[in-house]
Amino acid sequence: MSRWHHPGDLFEVELVLNGEPATLETHVRATLADAVRAAGLTGTHLGCEHGVCGACTVLLDGDPARACLVLAAQASGRRVDTVEGLGTPDALHPAQQALLEARGLQCGFCTPGFAVLSAWLHDREPEADEERIREVLSSSLCRCTGYGPIVAAAMQR
Amino acid sequence: MKAPPFAYARAESLDDALALLAEAGDEAKLLAGGQSLVPLLAYRVLRPTHLVDIDALTSLETHERTPEGLRLGALVRHEQLATMSVKGAERVLAEAAGHVGHLPIRTRGTIGGSLAHADPAAELPVALLALGATLHVRSTAATRDLGVEELLLGPYTTSLAADEAIVGVTVPEAACERRGAFAEFAVRSGDFALAAVAVVATVDGNEKRDVRIALGGVDATAIRASSAEALLERAELTDDAIAEASTAAATDCDPASDAGTSAPYRRALVARLVRDALTRIREEWA
Repeated sequence: MSRWHHPGDLFEVELVLNGEPATLETHVRATLADAVRAAGLTGTHLGCEHGVCGACTVLLDGDPARACLVLAAQASGRRVDTVEGLGTPDALHPAQQALLEARGLQCGFCTPGFAVLSAWLHDREPEADEERIREVLSSSLCRCTGYGPIVAAAMQR
Repeated sequence: MKAPPFAYARAESLDDALALLAEAGDEAKLLAGGQSLVPLLAYRVLRPTHLVDIDALTSLETHERTPEGLRLGALVRHEQLATMSVKGAERVLAEAAGHVGHLPIRTRGTIGGSLAHADPAAELPVALLALGATLHVRSTAATRDLGVEELLLGPYTTSLAADEAIVGVTVPEAACERRGAFAEFAVRSGDFALAAVAVVATVDGNEKRDVRIALGGVDATAIRASSAEALLERAELTDDAIAEASTAAATDCDPASDAGTSAPYRRALVARLVRDALTRIREEWA
């Protein structure tokens, strides 16, 4: 039996998606960002598709990763958390609530990436100072806000 | 853009990966963290026929101290390196890793991948060259060890055969007793360095200093600044000696001019960075 998946072959990837076991039907050329969007989780935005803009940032096994630089097949057996997994419209993650209150978004395209990074900082590095927050957030690009409100939101604890 | 077509297989073990790589032929590639390879696919600069995915081989993601030195698996991530407990000149590697891209890149990108990709501006080859690290390479047929100089042939070009994989790196034990510093200049945090410098030296006592100065982003590959090294072999690290060596290092490289950065500017950066690194070695380790 061939071990190889070929272009055009559809195959299933089993993972834990936003805390729930999930199966994504995908193909070899699909990135993780393509696959979660195809599964209806369109909060993960694709800007540049080559690892520069950060809009597709998700948590892979708990750490920030660019979903456009991970093949869907590579997510097999892993835990993936997208922006949809952070909170609900009625119960936003504190980092999302802070983005809202600090006006840390305008057009919203980059926001999922910043929300994931900010939530990771909130949960994993509650003692992070402004320098560390700026360093972590520097991995995403925003063309609207000038970053000040995004940083201010992440500073709210 | 979406990636061009390729066949994909996920390796279950290192031996399995090597067998898949051998079976897949000359246009196959290993896929590890994907932080260099996947963008090249997206740009369609690279059109491999097969990808062998080794990303999940956790046995290659470990590091341990051996009598020979710090042994790093090929899949050690940049963020692991940046936050690892290091001794002496090993800190050059940790500092270099902290300069690679951004956090979401560093959580995925691997030391083996950085070496195999051979970007002339990559940080880790510069650090490993200065440290005199040994690279461990395997195929189904053979095992060999080589230095960074023997790996890097040119931009994005290595001496690896199509069926070979970098499986690990050893930073020599002697590095623990030596001193080191890494410095780079990039326009923005996370950008590729316009110039990067790693310096490793023995400064205590009267023994041979064995100064190793490696430069990145200013030649076809990471290179040694040979004339700068020679100048420091017997000299005390005085301001004058540091200034002389820094000027020499700027002539040891052959940087290209591009739209944003002229060759003379890159040489000036090299001189400044070598000076900064040597000064740090003298002052922080006094």
